[in-house]
Amino acid sequence: MTRTHDEERLGLLLRILRPAPAGWVQAAKELPGARRSLDELVARADADVELRRELSSGLPAALEREGLDLDPRLVAELRRRLERR
Amino acid sequence: MTRPSTLSDAELVRRCRAGDDDAWSELVERYSRYVYAICVRGFRLSDDAAEDVFQDVFTRIYTRIDTLRDESALRPWIAQLARRRCLDAVAKAKREQVTDTLAAGDVDVVAEIDEAFEVRQALAGLSGTCQEILDRFFARDQSYRTIAEELDIPSGTVASRIARCLGKLRDELEGRNEPREGSRE
Repeated sequence: MTRTHDEERLGLLLRILRPAPAGWVQAAKELPGARRSLDELVARADADVELRRELSSGLPAALEREGLDLDPRLVAELRRRLERR
Repeated sequence: MTRPSTLSDAELVRRCRAGDDDAWSELVERYSRYVYAICVRGFRLSDDAAEDVFQDVFTRIYTRIDTLRDESALRPWIAQLARRRCLDAVAKAKREQVTDTLAAGDVDVVAEIDEAFEVRQALAGLSGTCQEILDRFFARDQSYRTIAEELDIPSGTVASRIARCLGKLRDELEGRNEPREGSRE
């Protein structure tokens, strides 16, 4: 389909795709690293009873001790994964 | 404004599947405005709901990219993920009547967002200066004065540059932009 674009229409279309908040974009970009950290932690918890107990009894404090600053959505996922084990 | 790469969506998908973090960043950069527009323009979600949907959509893209059958169909796949999550968010906010209205009407809005995405892809074919000027003026609502200061150009020339860059963008879209020496802004 051939569309014609006058300048007014182009301006309108350019206004539609505004930048998402920078923090949201950054968090999305950091997903691979964050998920790797999460996977590694779950694997370590599988092999380490003491760590699993620490994570289960106080997840936020345990994550802080591990030096992990995870997005709340990933913390919720971690909690679910630990509960399933 | 981060300059977009020339990688096709299919190549971007292949690289993401191979665990290339830079490709993932590029994918987020390429589609962040698109997903954001679907959330706030297509479904008028609140900031909180839009942020939840935005992060969830990118999480799903990341975790499910292996399930995308046609690597070149990344955009419709992302649109579908975003629309479904937006509808969930609207339902969660117990605005069922609004949901009905949007479910019927959002196709047009998303179609317009798709058209805007195509314009944005064409924008990538223009010079960096044109990309910056048009993005700052139209998508970031910057004044002539701010644009002039930040790009270090005379403020009296901003309006004419915008007009010239829009003309080039129109040519790019219509496939009539023959490269000419000295024609780039």
